[in-house]
Formats: sequence, C-alpha cells, structure tokens
Amino acid sequence: MKEFWLGKLNSHALPHEWFTILGSISFIMLGLTVIALLTYTKRWKWLWNEWLTSVDPKKIGIMYFIVGGFMLLRGGLDAIMIWLQQSLSSGASHGYLSAEHFQQVFTAHGNIMVFFVAMGLIFGLINYIVPLQIGARDLASPFMNTLGFWLYVAGVVMVNMFFLFGGEYAATGWLAVAPLSGKAFSPGVGVDYWIWSLQISGVGTTLGAINFIMTILKMRAKGMTLLKMPLFTWGSLCSMIMAVSVFPLLTMTLFLVFFDRYFGTHFFTTDAGGNAMMYTNLIWMWGHPEVYILMLPSFGVFSEIVSTFSHKPIAYYKSNVLGMIGVSTLALSVWLHHFFTMGASAEVNSAFGVATMIIAIPTTVLVFSWIATMYKGRIRFTTPMLWFLGFIGIFALGGISGVLLAIPPVDFQLHNSLFLVAHFHSTVIGGVLFGIFAGLNYWFPKIAGFRLNERIGRYAVWCWIIGFFVAFTPLYVLGLMGATRRLDHYDASKGWQPFYIMAFVGGLIIAAGVALQIVQIIASFIQRKRLRDTTGDPWDGRTLEWATASPPPSYNFAVIPQVSTRDAYFEMKQLHTPKHAYEDIHMPKNTASGIYISIFAFLAGFGFVWEINWLAVVSIIGIIVCLITRTFNEDSEYTIPAEVVKKMEKAQAAKVRTEHGSNSDDEADMGLIEFVKTVLAWALGMALSIVRKKR
Amino acid sequence: MAKHKKKIREGRAVGLTFLGLIGLGLVVAWLLRGNDVILFNPKGLIATEQHRLMLTSTLIMLGFAVPVLVTLYFFAWKFRETNQKATHNPNVSRGRVAVLAFWGIPTVIMLVLASLMIPATFKLEPQDSIEAGKDPLTIQVVALRWKWLFIYPEQNIATVNYAQIPIDTPVKFELTADETPMSSFWIPHLGGQLYAMTEHVNQLNLIADTLGDYEGSAAEINGAGFAGMRFITRVSTQDDFDTWAHETKQSPTELSTPEYKNLLEPSENHPVASYKDPDPNLYSTILSKYAGSHGGSHGSHTQNAREH
Amino acid sequence: MTHHVETHEEAANDRVMFGFWVYLMTDLLMFAILFAVYAVLHGNTMGGPAGRDLFKPELALAETLILLTSSFTAGIGMIAARRGIKRQVLVWFGITFLLGLAFLGIELFEFAEFIHEGHTMTVNAFLSSFFVLVGTHGLHITSGLLWLAILLAFITKRGLTKANVRKLALLSLFWHFLDIVWIFIFTVVYLRAFV
Repeated sequence: MKEFWLGKLNSHALPHEWFTILGSISFIMLGLTVIALLTYTKRWKWLWNEWLTSVDPKKIGIMYFIVGGFMLLRGGLDAIMIWLQQSLSSGASHGYLSAEHFQQVFTAHGNIMVFFVAMGLIFGLINYIVPLQIGARDLASPFMNTLGFWLYVAGVVMVNMFFLFGGEYAATGWLAVAPLSGKAFSPGVGVDYWIWSLQISGVGTTLGAINFIMTILKMRAKGMTLLKMPLFTWGSLCSMIMAVSVFPLLTMTLFLVFFDRYFGTHFFTTDAGGNAMMYTNLIWMWGHPEVYILMLPSFGVFSEIVSTFSHKPIAYYKSNVLGMIGVSTLALSVWLHHFFTMGASAEVNSAFGVATMIIAIPTTVLVFSWIATMYKGRIRFTTPMLWFLGFIGIFALGGISGVLLAIPPVDFQLHNSLFLVAHFHSTVIGGVLFGIFAGLNYWFPKIAGFRLNERIGRYAVWCWIIGFFVAFTPLYVLGLMGATRRLDHYDASKGWQPFYIMAFVGGLIIAAGVALQIVQIIASFIQRKRLRDTTGDPWDGRTLEWATASPPPSYNFAVIPQVSTRDAYFEMKQLHTPKHAYEDIHMPKNTASGIYISIFAFLAGFGFVWEINWLAVVSIIGIIVCLITRTFNEDSEYTIPAEVVKKMEKAQAAKVRTEHGSNSDDEADMGLIEFVKTVLAWALGMALSIVRKKR
Repeated sequence: MAKHKKKIREGRAVGLTFLGLIGLGLVVAWLLRGNDVILFNPKGLIATEQHRLMLTSTLIMLGFAVPVLVTLYFFAWKFRETNQKATHNPNVSRGRVAVLAFWGIPTVIMLVLASLMIPATFKLEPQDSIEAGKDPLTIQVVALRWKWLFIYPEQNIATVNYAQIPIDTPVKFELTADETPMSSFWIPHLGGQLYAMTEHVNQLNLIADTLGDYEGSAAEINGAGFAGMRFITRVSTQDDFDTWAHETKQSPTELSTPEYKNLLEPSENHPVASYKDPDPNLYSTILSKYAGSHGGSHGSHTQNAREH
Repeated sequence: MTHHVETHEEAANDRVMFGFWVYLMTDLLMFAILFAVYAVLHGNTMGGPAGRDLFKPELALAETLILLTSSFTAGIGMIAARRGIKRQVLVWFGITFLLGLAFLGIELFEFAEFIHEGHTMTVNAFLSSFFVLVGTHGLHITSGLLWLAILLAFITKRGLTKANVRKLALLSLFWHFLDIVWIFIFTVVYLRAFV
C-alpha cells in the first residue's frame, strides 16, 4: 500500500549526509527569507500580478536573469568544490570528497552551467532585447513565453531536488554516456533526476525557440528586411533555428534513456541487443550544436558592442551574417569529433575532422568583420568593450585548441584529458559567458533605467581575465602531461598537484570577479540617481532598442517605427524622423497557465523519478487539462486606448526634460573603498535605528 | 583631466597585460621543472608522429592567428578615442578585395591543415597493423571494474594492471570490456587512446622505441573507481620479456573461469596480479556473452550478462 | 496598386499557422530519431522472431487504408469548415474520428497479441524499438483524437467561429502529418520486414 502511494520514496531518501543536509538547509533558509520579506512588505499580490503571471518579455527576461544568475552561483560553488578536491587529493590523501560524490559534483556543474546558466541568461537577453530591436511589442506567443520560462524553473527545481529527496545526482559526467547511465551501472535516482531536469527544461527551450523564430520572421517593423536586422537579432535567429533542429533529438534520446531505466527496454543496454554506441551518436548530435546555440547570440552581442563603441557601423555586415549562418549550418555536421576514439574508420574520422576544421572559416570572418569595424573607428573602452577584448584572446585560444582537437590522431592523445577541459572552458567562458556579461553591461541602462558603475565593472573584467588564465593555463599543461579529466585522486609522483593548486588559485580570482560583479550592481543601485539614463540612449546607440525610454513602457513602442536602413535608430537620429499618430495598442493579458502546467510537469517528473505512478499519471492529465483550458480561452488580450498611450508618452517626455541628463563620465563612479564605506555606514545606521526602536 | 587619467589608465592596462602574460609563462615554466610532459616526450613511433603532427598544426595556426590577434589589439590601441592622432572614418567599411581576403585566407589555412590531417589520419589509424619487420605481439585486454586484465594468448599468461612488452616490436592490444561501461585504454607515452567496450573489439596498435616504465590509465569515466584504474607498461628487451613471461608462467594462480569470476567483482585500486594458463576460450567467451544481437543464431538466451 | 493591410487578427492567424508548422518539424525530427534507432536495432532479435515472423501484413494494410481515408475525410471536413457549413464539418470530422478510433483499435489489438505471446518491449532491442516507434505514433493519434473530440464538442456548443475554424485547420495539419509518418512506418517497419 505504501509502495503505491510513495513509490520508491522512503525515509532513507531524506537528507542524511553532510552536503545534502547543508544544501537542504540553505535552500530552505533562502526560501523562508524570501517568504518573510514578501509577507513583511505585503507584496505577494504584487509579485503574482506584476511578475510571476506576466507575459511581458521584458519581465520574463529579468526573471530569467535572476534565476540564471542564482544558478551561476550554484554552479560556481560546484567548481570551487572541484578545484579544492583536486588540489588536495594527491597521493595518499583522497581529498574531502568521496569518488562518487566528486563525480556527482562535476556532473551537476556541467549540467547547471550549460542548461540553467547559459541558456537561462541567453533566453533572458533574447526575450528583453530582440522585440525592441525589431520594433515589436511582444513575442509571437506570449503564452508560450511564460510557459517556456516556468518549465525552465521546473528544471531548475528538479536539478536541485536531490538535496531534499534521494541524496544523489547523476555521477556520469554531464551527458551521462551509456551504458554507465543505464539501470545496471547507475541504479540510484541520480540519473533519473538528470533525465527529468533536462527533459522538462528542454521542452521549455524548444517552445522558446519556436517562439523566437516566429517573432523574428513575422513581427519585424515595416521596412526591416532580414538584411537590415541588427546582428544580435541575427545571432539569436541562427541560434534558435539550430535549437529547434536539435532539441527534439535531445527530447527523444532522453525518453529512450528513460524507457530503458523505467520500463526495461533495450535501446542502450549492453545486453539483449542494445547499442550503447548509438547513444553516444544521438546525444552528441544534440550536444555539439548546443554549444553553438550558446555561442551565436554572444557573437551577435559582440558585433553590436564593437559597432556602437567604435562609433561606426559594423563592417562587412553581409559577411558577418553569412559567417553566423555558416557556423550554424556546419555545427550540425561535426558531432563525431567528440568520439574519434570510439573506433570509427579513418574515412569517417577524417571526414568529421575536416568538417570541424571548416567551422573555423566563418568564425574567422566574424573576427575580421570586427577588426575592420574598429579600423578608423573612435573606440571607447567601456566595460562591454573590455569584455570584448578579453573574449578575443581567450576565445582564440579556445579556437586554436579546438582545431587541434579536430585532428583525429592528435585527438587520440588529447581526448578526455584536461587539455580538452581547458579548450571548452576557453570557448564557453571566453565566448559564451563574456558575451552574456558584455550584453548585460551594455543593455543594463535600458533594462534598469540607470547605467552600471564603470570602475568596479573594470575590476570585475580584470579579475575574470586574470582568473581565467591562472585557472586554465595549468589545465592545458596538465593535459599535455597526460592528466585525464574527472579524476578524484591521482599519484603524487606525477607532479600534478602544483598545477591543480594554481588552478584553484585562479578559481578564487574568478570568484572575486563574480563578487565584484555583484558589488557592481549594488554600487550602481546606490548611485542610481546620478547614473540615471534619462534619454534612453546612453551610449549613442545605433539600433532600435535605444529609441525607447529606459526602461521601456509595457508596449515598447507607442508607434511602431518605419525602418529603411540598417542601424535604424542611428538613421532616425540623423534625419529627425517625424512622429506618427497614436493608435490603440493590443496587449496580451497575464496568465497563470504557464505556472500551473510547469507545476504539473515537475510533479510528473518527480513521479517518474520515484516511480510514483499515480502521481505521474495524474500530473500528465493535469497538463492536458490546463492546455485545453488555455487554448479555449478566447479572452487573452486587452487594449490600451490611443489617448492613454498619448498621455503616457507625454509624461515620459516630461520626465526626460526635468531630470538631469545621465552622466556618462565615469570618473565619479564610486570605487571599492567608497563602496565598503557606504555599506558599513548603512549597516551601522540600520543597527542604530533598530536599537533606537527597541528603546 | 579626465582624459589624462584615462590615458594613464589605458597605458597601465597594456603594460600590466604584457607583464602578466610574461609572468604567467614564468610561473608555468618554473612549475614544470623536472616534470615529464608526456605529450612532448614520446617513446614510440605512433606517439612521435602524433606529437609532430600536433606541433606542425599548432605552428601553422599560430602563424595565422598571432598576426590577426596582434592586428586587432593594435587597432584597439591605435583607434582609441583618446588618441587624437588617429583618423576617424564614421562611414561603413567597404571593399570587395577585403571580402575575398576574409573568406579566402582562412580557407587556404584550413586547406593546408586538411592536407596534413587527412593523410595523417589514414597513416595513424590505430586499428591498422604496424610494419616493423617483426611478428606482432598480441595482447588481449579486458576492461573490468576497475582494473585492466591483460591476456597473453601466445605466452599463456595473464596480468592485472601491468603489461610488459619488448622494445621495437609491434604490439596489438585487442580491447574489449566485460560488465563495465565504456572505458578508454591509454598509454600516452606510446600513442593515443582507444575505447574498450563490451560486444566490440577495438585493436590498438603501438610500438615502443625506448626502454622504461610508462603509465597507462583509463580515460573515460566508467564508475566510482575510475580514477584508480591505472596500469604500468614496461618496455624491456626481448630477452627480458621472455624471462618475465617464463617467470609469470610459474605464478601460483591459474586464470580459470571461477578465478575470472572473482575478477569480475568490482574492486578499486586493484594491485598488480599475475596468472598462469588463462582459459584459452576466455576472451571469446567474454565476447559471446554480448553477441547474438545481429540476427545471428549463436546468441543463446541462457548466457545473459550478469549485471548489478 | 491595391495594398492589403493585414488586420491584427489575420497577422495573429498567420503567426499561429507558421508556428505550428515549426512545431510539426520538431515532431518530425523526433520521429526521425525513432526511425534511425529502429534502423540500427531492428536486426537485434537475439535469435528470437524478427518482424517477418511477427507482423501481419493484412493488419498493417488495413491500418494504412483506414488512416489514408481518414485524412481524406478530414480534408472534406476542412473544406466544409472554410465554407462555414457546421453540419458537414461535424459529419466528416466525426467520420475521421471513428476511422482514427478504428486505427487505434487494430494497433492495440496487434500490440496485445504480441504481448500475450511474450514478445514484449523488454525482450530485445528489436521489440523495444518497434514498440516505441509505432507506439509513439499511436500516442500522437490518441492525442489527435482527444483534441478532435473536444474541438467538435466546442463547435457543437459555440458554433463554427473563426477561432474554431483556425483550430480545425491546425488539427487537420496535425492529422495529415501523422498520416505521412504512418506511411513511413508502414514502409520502413512492415513492408521492409518482408523484403
């Protein structure tokens, strides 16, 4: 009877190890703090109405940033645990983590960084910025947008759920290769949590990708042909077309792994005819394009930044676009380079090797486009531009090591070594992450209404760049010394420990960089009046998003602009285009359907993890009922009448006139010392006022 | 005043960057003293060829990448807004020659690399035998949890986590696995790795040209004991090899089927072990456990792989 | 030159159709994976019976004819919907529904027979890939039937509104798509077993 209701859940699944207890307590404390704050400030209704049920891509974008940022800290903590373990576990010492635990930590680290940090932050940027860049008011399907976000959140919850129930995550590496991930070699619930966190958020990603494609292809402002679109929009389009092409592969492959584990089928088992090598093929057919899905938006971000801060239009726009399309197309054809060593023939290996190397061609064209843009430009070294300079050096290192790895005989000596780990961190940190940081810095004034502190921003960039080199140069060297990845301990005689320790030091420097980024946001908030962006165009930008107020009103544009050139906003500024008449604006209503469906999706996944069949069935029925209810809901829009729009626009214009212009000169931005003083003074003030209240 | 501060800051940044890179190089060089950078220290033909290919390719790529990077950072420096001397052209850059160069130059570089890579891939195909005028030594390798079993069918001996091979002799490692997830067999001093998987035999052909003891490892995660799945390969003279084979044949334990069943039990950091007289059908029995999947009739339902 | 300005509703319609096509492509990709998996694994019978020994071609042919006919009736129903003739819509889509149900019935019968004889999906890789490929298609058919039933109920209650016609169009697209996938299944799974 108990088995029917609880499946495999029992009291042993509750936290009883030091890290599950610690993790559970942390999450619970965090949750209680948030609940307490909301209750004390009486903001539950506000949160529900203004944020959680919102379909405004600007709000959904900000929510993606918050969740993605939080997961960055979680994944970063995993990284520190890895660095620490490997610094300690030389020779007789086996560090402070058991082998199984260590293997779970790096698996979680990889999953979290790829699926929940990078994808989350990128989706945030695309949500917020792309509609503004193309002159649209919303995405094509506001409902799919909120649904996609909440499915992502369900995945986030699922990947952290093991702290509370089960105590183990997958210990198989981030892609859980078969047959290691089968029931025979991984009998616990770890791989099941892996399956469902990726599956649920993966469906969210697919829906989001469909949505973004529809939006970019069907909702551009009049006159904005494809070849007049901003490059961030192009990068996002290429990325999302890739996503829509390969996430179905992941969805089905995850289902097949699930069937093997849950129903006992034989897709990837070692017996009864299963084919484990087929799993390797399927998962990498998704896995390789995935990393380019992450990279393309960053390419677009950098194109925007180089152009804006060189005060020049992007050079060789068409080659730039063709470069991004080239990368996206080629990325679909190279997956075998992840397993040259599995034993394919020289014909097959060399074919995929050549295909992989060819990707370097369109990538290099992008770099040339940026160089040509900087040529005879007038370059301003704001923080986004600094992120760009760091990106180039680190990404080039990643690219060169990547082409090296594309050569099969060389790959035989470098596969699964720390050289490989250093390569993909060079491209992912230098490329994807720096692009996200650059984009967040660049568009922060548009999103928050005030720009970020430049001084502390510079310190953060330096910490990241220095930290990266200190952390990953030793990994390149270790790889050349024959060190494989994912080792929880190693012989002292190898002489590897000093390099692991150096990597750990680099990790601490990166952690300082992250801390500085948080400080940057807080310091900017403290000085927000002085840093306020009143014109909506703090950088003398060129694309349409800068034509709105900072932050933009819910409808983005009171009147959808007519476009005739690239760099549409720059053109508008030169020509002082006249305003058109105001019209009624149709806006989508908020909806809680996304939340409800995602809750059911989470419960279904949880039911499958613990084999609580009734829960899975009921939840699936719940999803279907919610979907049906939603699709037959005819009342999903409201209208803002033209007169109201006119009033709102006039009020905004008055604000611009009365408030002081934004001070782009960063000399008066507070530095670290002033920040510490300010925080201490505030804390002291709070303490004193509490003491006074008590009296 | 602000511009002046900026100029100092910019100059300082560039200076510190150079210093930092140099410093990084010095630290790494100092840490490396006395260490064996295996991939730069090949001890066999295959590893030597792979090393050469790696160096050549890297030099070709750096020859192209370094000028490009230098140009980019130089332009960033020259056209900075505090530099009054640089010309500013706010119009979009154009030029058909440039487009041709942008696409053409990387294509040429990639063609050069490909012309190196394709023949090398065929030449260094690990499953091809090495011609060295001698008969190859065959060693059957079974990846187990979490140790490597080496069966020498011609010498009638078997070892765990230790392999000895004679110098200048081509060795065929026939790799498979039993009740173990995908594993990767790697002796970096002698050559690249190759996967050892159930149901398949991958042949790794290597040859050593220097005497010595070389470390080997498992390069693909296959469970909790993966980090301890290491072994030593000793390259000795032919005479020493024959002596060793003869001595091992005097081992007390025979690698019979029940003894092999003991080995199948998962164990971590397994010590080196030697056996005499391995069951001559052992390797083929291991393979046939997983066979019968290609519509063949010799797969019996009775012999299912024993799994946890 | 006449210039048709798209109304807000027409633009939304266009977007939804386009988005649904993109979704169908993702669904097709998922089926592609299942076909690839079947191609790799269908020979792995571990000495047991293969497709040739298990499949009944007459059943598969019946299923194919039924599904093709149902696509035809759905097409006629769609024409009626565009013309706004509610009764014909209900009749023709009703027939489609019944044909779909018949298809499912035959498929479930086939599955039940296999299971009864001990050829379950846990026996070997061939059966795993067969059941999951054909079963996934069957699940899609089931979803389509559920969707159709609810839509017909709404049309009965609220009439043939523009929104309902649009939903019917999407459903028809889905149904035709499933028909095409079935043609592939019929060819790759059933016909090829006997070649």
